[in-house]
Amino acid sequence: MPVEAENNQDFSQYAHPERLVSTQWVADNAGKPGVVVVESDEDVLLYETGHIPGSVKVDWHTDLNEPDTRDYVNGEQFAELMSRKGISRDDTIVVYGDKSNWWAAYALWVFTLFGHEDVRLMNGGRDKWVAEGRELTTDATEVTPTDYPVVERDDSVIRAYREDVLENLGTTPLIDVRSPQEYTGERTHMPDYPQEAHCAAVTSPPRHRFPGLAQPRRIPPSSPVTSWTRSTARKWACQTVTTLSPTAASASVPPTRVRAHPLAGLRQGPQLRRFLDRVGNAVRVPVAQGEARGEAPEGAR
Amino acid sequence: MTTDALPNQVQELIEDFDAVPEPDKLQLLLEFSRSLPELPARYGEHPEDLEQVVECQSPLFLAVELEEGTQDPGVNIFFSAPAEAPTTRGFASILYEGLDGLPASTVLDIPDDLPERFGLTKIVSPLRMRGMSAMLGRIKRQVRDQQAARTAG
Repeated sequence: MPVEAENNQDFSQYAHPERLVSTQWVADNAGKPGVVVVESDEDVLLYETGHIPGSVKVDWHTDLNEPDTRDYVNGEQFAELMSRKGISRDDTIVVYGDKSNWWAAYALWVFTLFGHEDVRLMNGGRDKWVAEGRELTTDATEVTPTDYPVVERDDSVIRAYREDVLENLGTTPLIDVRSPQEYTGERTHMPDYPQEAHCAAVTSPPRHRFPGLAQPRRIPPSSPVTSWTRSTARKWACQTVTTLSPTAASASVPPTRVRAHPLAGLRQGPQLRRFLDRVGNAVRVPVAQGEARGEAPEGAR
Repeated sequence: MTTDALPNQVQELIEDFDAVPEPDKLQLLLEFSRSLPELPARYGEHPEDLEQVVECQSPLFLAVELEEGTQDPGVNIFFSAPAEAPTTRGFASILYEGLDGLPASTVLDIPDDLPERFGLTKIVSPLRMRGMSAMLGRIKRQVRDQQAARTAG
């Protein structure tokens, strides 16, 4: 059975605070039966330089993607990965990683596609753990392989495709949570990172831009809850379009709660992974540039 | 694989990476990241003399120096990258081992697709591989610029 959620006031503003744990909780619970700590980094060598004792590595590039279909791994491949990492279907998984949990949130999202029930993020990610002077080790983690069941990936709940977005243009609000420069089309990747190649710097109209919601804010690392939010937005909803429910779109929901389904408790939250990248390359897919929201042209659907 | 004649020290690096199976290539890259030399103090005091390779996913700076006095001077390369960016450090370290000390003409003749010859393209994302290509491109540009400045001077 999954272990009990951390009761932490810092997370209470989230619709699903049970999806977050603090670094202290990880220090107290890593290695306990039923808890597996997973590191997933943008820099795929970082785990080897030192990781949380007992944690296992998931490589976003080679473990979660299927190179031939250019999609996520399938049910069998996912079962093989989880078994190899010593993860059981009813384990509690805690994911952490570098760059504000950028790819940790991505891994969490992929795990959720396979319906793994209890996946949590470590608030603040690897940087916070290191900044607090907590232990890292280069010792190999001993893993007892499991027999994870083959579960088919379910793309219908938290993932949306280009067709879904086109079909709902103008009727369902879309939120762009990339950087302001990506939103306007000035850049194809967030500031301080190299530009994505072969990609028009564009976004897809129409978009709703709630104050503080349409773009991830830079938040001081000391801020307990939100330090991970930007990255969560980025890999969960960011470089992506999140389709929100009408309730959320009325902006009555505090921004931090809307950002990252399933953390955020949206009524429905289909998501299109890297939709904007692909829009940038696609023909006959409308885009808007500049600061204005833009309108869906006639016949775009 | 092309048959371009590569300098021995570069060819050996390619063979080193070629000799290890794919999962161990990351480990080898990690070892390279650890062996990247520290910046000499003169650069530590003058970070503005370094050129940032903005194509990298993590902060990486480099400097290129040409030795004095010869027609085809030796090239010395210096890198600075944080410890928390081991992949970027690993790329820099490969280029350092491969190119440092070679004559300028030899550095300029290094094929631009060198980064793709280490068998890393499947295990490291394309965006990151571009970072390594950018390092090589910027090194060559600096060599060219400095040679041109000498000729002009």
